[in-house]
Amino acid sequence: MRYLTPRKRAEGRGASGSGTEHHWHMQVSAVGLAFIVPTFIYIFGKALGSSHDDVLATFSHPVPAILLALMLVFGLLHFKNGATIMVEDYWRGSTRRVILMIITAFTYGLAATGLFALAKMAL
Amino acid sequence: MSEKTSVERPLSPHIQIYRWQVPMLTSILTRVTGNALIVSAVLVVWWLLAAATGPEAFAHADGILTSWVGDFVMTMSLLGLWYHFLAGLRHLAYDAGRGLDIPTAEKLGWAILIGSVVLTVLTIIIL
Repeated sequence: MRYLTPRKRAEGRGASGSGTEHHWHMQVSAVGLAFIVPTFIYIFGKALGSSHDDVLATFSHPVPAILLALMLVFGLLHFKNGATIMVEDYWRGSTRRVILMIITAFTYGLAATGLFALAKMAL
Repeated sequence: MSEKTSVERPLSPHIQIYRWQVPMLTSILTRVTGNALIVSAVLVVWWLLAAATGPEAFAHADGILTSWVGDFVMTMSLLGLWYHFLAGLRHLAYDAGRGLDIPTAEKLGWAILIGSVVLTVLTIIIL
């Protein structure tokens, strides 16, 4: 008698190795970004080209600050997951792993830097 | 089933295999714009960091982002962002199983190509 269920033996055996998790994440972040991106374009477009004081005033308001934070976090997570798919399409083996690590580190680093700048302006 | 054999798994088909068509072009552009937007993200974060640092740092970063080169890069970023936005909405429709027949897919392709330009022009006029 087998102790492992057929489900246990089947899990992770598909081409992706992780089921539909990645695709679901892209869908969720895409729907969220569909609302965030137009608002971000408006806020950033207004701020770019204005004076330093106006920029500081804009991002010390709760609404633009929160929207920018959402854009930084979910925009860059969406980028990380999308770029991962591209890397998996064109590279394999160790090269793939190294590029994926670089993308992950770079994306989180950029998001953290943006959030730090935002926090400094907003608080 | 359990032993691991090193199979050379196929990568994406080369673009030379297929004749260019609108759904193919718009699909490739979705990937290109999505990945290229990291350049815009770096510039925006740099500008934010400069604004948070102080007036001199801001003057430097803002000077570059609002120079003609900066204007060009930001306008292209805007076009890329609107394009990726519309293509993403189309992707959600595709995922729901809608618009996959060839005439509709062709129309949707043209819609996002033209729509992204229209939205970019409107954004520049409004802002």
